[in-house]
Amino acid sequence: MTAAVESRRRRPVRPLRLLLHGFLILVSLGWLAPLLLSVYASLRPYSETAAKGYFSLPDRITLQYYVDAWQQAELPKYYLNTLLITVPAIVLTLFLASFVAFAISRVRVPGSMALLILFTAGNLLPQQVLITPLYALYNLIPLPWWASDSLTLYDTYLGVMLIHVAFQTGFCVFVLANYMRALPEEISEAAIMDGAGVWRQYWQVTLPLCKPALAALATLQFAWMYNDFLWALVLMSSGDKLPITSALNNLRGQFFTDYNLLAAGAVLVALPTVIVFNLLQKQFIAGLTLGSTKG
Amino acid sequence: MTLPAVNRDPHGDPDRRREGSTQPAPTARPPVARRRGRRMRRFTRRDVGVLGVVVGAALLLDIGLIWGPTVASLGLSFTDWNGIGDLRWHGTENYHDLANEYPPFWRAARNNVLWLAFLGLIATPLGLFFAVLLDKQIRFSRFYQSAFYFPVVLSLAVVGFIAQLVYSRDYGALNAIIGRTDSPTDWLGNPDINIWVVMVAAAWRHVGYVMILYLAGLKAVDPALKEAAVIDGANEAQTFFQVVFPTLRPVNIIVLVITVIEALRAFDIVYAINKGRNGLELLSTLITENIVGEASRIGFGSAIAVILLAISVGFIAVYLSQVFREDGR
Repeated sequence: MTAAVESRRRRPVRPLRLLLHGFLILVSLGWLAPLLLSVYASLRPYSETAAKGYFSLPDRITLQYYVDAWQQAELPKYYLNTLLITVPAIVLTLFLASFVAFAISRVRVPGSMALLILFTAGNLLPQQVLITPLYALYNLIPLPWWASDSLTLYDTYLGVMLIHVAFQTGFCVFVLANYMRALPEEISEAAIMDGAGVWRQYWQVTLPLCKPALAALATLQFAWMYNDFLWALVLMSSGDKLPITSALNNLRGQFFTDYNLLAAGAVLVALPTVIVFNLLQKQFIAGLTLGSTKG
Repeated sequence: MTLPAVNRDPHGDPDRRREGSTQPAPTARPPVARRRGRRMRRFTRRDVGVLGVVVGAALLLDIGLIWGPTVASLGLSFTDWNGIGDLRWHGTENYHDLANEYPPFWRAARNNVLWLAFLGLIATPLGLFFAVLLDKQIRFSRFYQSAFYFPVVLSLAVVGFIAQLVYSRDYGALNAIIGRTDSPTDWLGNPDINIWVVMVAAAWRHVGYVMILYLAGLKAVDPALKEAAVIDGANEAQTFFQVVFPTLRPVNIIVLVITVIEALRAFDIVYAINKGRNGLELLSTLITENIVGEASRIGFGSAIAVILLAISVGFIAVYLSQVFREDGR
């Protein structure tokens, strides 16, 4: 009690602060409302919400839609598709990007500025600008029968994975080149004195120092690749190979859409990124802001 | 832009000091460069091989899958290719048709401009506003921050599905909240209003993104600047607009470019809702429709893509010149 009084004396409660909190609470609840509504809608049978609307008190709460989405819509299969695409894509992106960044800002290979601009600008292009020829190109690149049912790069996990890598390497090069530039020059000098070649300077000296940036980028890239909708939509044709975000559209019926089922599907699709975001919030935000503030 | 004596002295100082601190760098550069020159000669054949293979692989992907197709879009836009037959030169006919005989194009262009204006004039300032509020070291700041940031982790396709629950004519929450259950508004079905409510959904996600970028920018602002302004008698608004905001210039540029790129890329939300038809046309959905649909009018779709490219290249150039200006010095 006395402590409270004292602290109040030290920092009087300003009415303006209360107003600010009131405003922020209201707005942030409003911000979360659509999410809460989706969760709520997914827990109620269609017949009930059809009669009473989504914004009503429940008669019955059921997890049936989650069971339906999980079993009938075969969501596990699509999660697996996503994993098959994103995990190799993230590893490859980070490997290529960190090496290119290393070549640009530590080795300073000739033309490193041009390299940096090429990669960075490539990531800023709207995807639709290149999607048409990419679609045609994928249909032209042959693959052996054991690697692709279509005998081309089109409609393969590999194809979707490669475009993710190509596209996201640009962003990661930009971030990592800035990050590596801020590392002290002395460390690579010491390594060179010890006779380390380029590979050892990269793998054993530079990369371990970039762990925070790599962790941040991996988190961010996971969310971006996971959330991608367009690449798979255009570059794949078999419905059962789609990654989960693009497969969400399958939950929509041809003539009739059960929005509650769709809500359950949306919640299940959003869940992994939401979990990752909550566990790795620091990395996530660091990844986004690494790109905007230098170093 | 010239301001009262308030802010002349005290924070002119740290600024100058900051600039001063970067100045030694150029003078320190020549020896570094010389040392580097010596190092270049010490590359073994293996070093050159490793550099060549890995950088080469990354370049191959970037040029083969990103820049190559981009340039090809430009070329294809002058043909009437349908994906199977021969390439035939079509001149600027695609562009002519686009402007004169394809009504969805202008509707889409208008929607993209609206989208940009909505994100730029409403969502982005709102994100900045939230960032400023949360930068005040208030309690529960983390909770508020997470709430605003939450939609950013969602896929735009998921945002599109959530939008349908909120805006659905017969069962949607919005009609129930505003009490229009008797004569419900068809928010997504009415081509005059659907683009607006969809932009609200897009802004829902954009605000959090902008807020995070500005929060990071605001944390990096030297607190001495603000203190000095307060001591000099500047009020809160003056301090922000005349002292803090100008130092956020790098973040401003990045936010501007992200806003433009997001507006040009907008696709997933409308595609998830109705594939970008009936009032929700965007340049991006027209491109997809022209190549994925039965029509397969690749030349025509490419012409739309080139227009999108032309707009984005300008902004990309602005962004790059801002970002790399420091290195050029």
